[in-house]
Amino acid sequence: MAGKYWNEKIETMELSEMKKLQSERLVKQVKHVWDNVPYYKKKMEEKGITPDDIKGIDDLHKLPFLSKADLRDSYPYGLLAAPLSDCVRIQSTSGTTGKRVVSFYTQNDVDLWENCVARAIVAAGGTKDDVVQVAYGYGLFTGGAGLHGGSHKVGCLTLPMSSGNTERQIQFMMDLGSTILCCTPSYAAYIGETLAEMGYTPDDIKLKAGIFGAEPWTEEMRQQIEKSLGIKAYDIYGLTETSGPGVAFECEEQHGMHINEDHFIAEIIDPDTGEVLPEGSKGELVFTSITKEAFPLLRYRTRDICVLSREKCSCGRTLVKMTKPMGRSDDMLIIKGVNVFPSQIETVLIKDFKAAPNYQIIVDRIGTTDTFEIKVELSDDMFSDTIKDVVTLEKKLSADIQQILGIKAKITLVEPKSIPRSEGKAVRVIDKRKLV
Amino acid sequence: MTVKQLSVFVENRPGRLCAVTETLAEAGINIRAVSIADTKDFGIMRIIVNDTDKAVAALKEKGFIASAANVLAVIADDKPGSMASIMKTLYNDNISVEYMYAAFINKEKDSACLILRVDNNEKAETALTEAGCKLLTESELSEI
Repeated sequence: MAGKYWNEKIETMELSEMKKLQSERLVKQVKHVWDNVPYYKKKMEEKGITPDDIKGIDDLHKLPFLSKADLRDSYPYGLLAAPLSDCVRIQSTSGTTGKRVVSFYTQNDVDLWENCVARAIVAAGGTKDDVVQVAYGYGLFTGGAGLHGGSHKVGCLTLPMSSGNTERQIQFMMDLGSTILCCTPSYAAYIGETLAEMGYTPDDIKLKAGIFGAEPWTEEMRQQIEKSLGIKAYDIYGLTETSGPGVAFECEEQHGMHINEDHFIAEIIDPDTGEVLPEGSKGELVFTSITKEAFPLLRYRTRDICVLSREKCSCGRTLVKMTKPMGRSDDMLIIKGVNVFPSQIETVLIKDFKAAPNYQIIVDRIGTTDTFEIKVELSDDMFSDTIKDVVTLEKKLSADIQQILGIKAKITLVEPKSIPRSEGKAVRVIDKRKLV
Repeated sequence: MTVKQLSVFVENRPGRLCAVTETLAEAGINIRAVSIADTKDFGIMRIIVNDTDKAVAALKEKGFIASAANVLAVIADDKPGSMASIMKTLYNDNISVEYMYAAFINKEKDSACLILRVDNNEKAETALTEAGCKLLTESELSEI
């Protein structure tokens, strides 16, 4: 019989033993980073600490934080801790230089990542007899690569579909009897809708489970996806900075995600003071990679707000659980699975119009699909008496936004001063999706 | 021999046309011709008025996007074929019409006035004058 866990010893380890393992790995990792990453060594020196001060996880709070700004400052090789010749892979987020995250992997790093994903697949009921349809985007994005690798590790028959071409997805699903679907939750919902539109019911497909991540989704959405595809839908969490999906995953309880804490130590901090908060507090999630060789981020601030819990889980796993992210401590939006910063939109507006006009980002979710609109206040020099000129401008803006973000936005030109301002400051983002 | 036309950006939502025309009314502006080009989200209102500069200033004061452009005001006989002959004249000289609309101006009983926005005003003026068309000047327009 196939096991309930991918790595039973780790996944059900006693807390005291786990802490011991984390401590050993942390001490080794801090030494590794100190020796190989001058950027972080300098940060430690500025705080007046050396690897000798870190004797175990109780000393973790002494280490300096890393943030997205550090990744920008050190792009592309500044945080690399292994010789480039030992690296076998990069993965990256979308976005402009500075906002883009490029992560490096040695073969061991790829293996540990894929093993983390394998735990998620097994927790969702996957065995080597399963047919896993990976409908995450392939390429630099970690979604496709991560689930693909994890599926191989488990020994599943892996269908590297990538995203898009939904009717073909459904055709393959039927012809090859896919049992597990991996993609973003909004794409899963869309596949469910298309299945019904094509005149099929969940009984016509063999899917039993889905592993969905890379964007926020609600319980309502889970129920809708489960119903439309006749499956159990599991959440998976990760970020390119730490490796990709598989940092945390849901089990059969479908209530919070177990963090693979033998690889990633999680902390919750107060985003304003940086102070570590006690278990059960709501705050910003911080990760320390204790096993990665090439790109081992110590105390990386994810900007995701959530709560950690060590309450006993009915699945038997002892790994700490995190709630779904409840928001962000910065202004990043996740739209259709893509990370979007308002400043990126500002960059495009400045480039196209020389000066930044007032704008507002409006995000909503119609059914299960995100809508993304940018309202731009027209100015005198953008205006012309011919429709042709104004529409050309609108199209150029739309193309430039798509170029920089990788997703399409509806551009709406509006009259000056029509974007509401609060205390003189324009309200930049309206997120109507009720995700929390 | 062009006349000034007022152009205003109007969002496609209730009350905007009302706001534009009320602003003009308050400034004592008389409307002599009007047309709206519309897209899904916005429209451009083009208006011939008795005092374009004053109208632009009044609208900008209220926060509208407004500008003035030079267009042709052509007097045509009010009879079949006169518009066709104007179009033929422009076509023969390879002049493109961006847009056009009729004005509420009747200088004489049997004439009509056509507002034309073309890609080359000078060329169009020469061609139309040579073809015997009457073009209104800014001062003639304000006298009517």
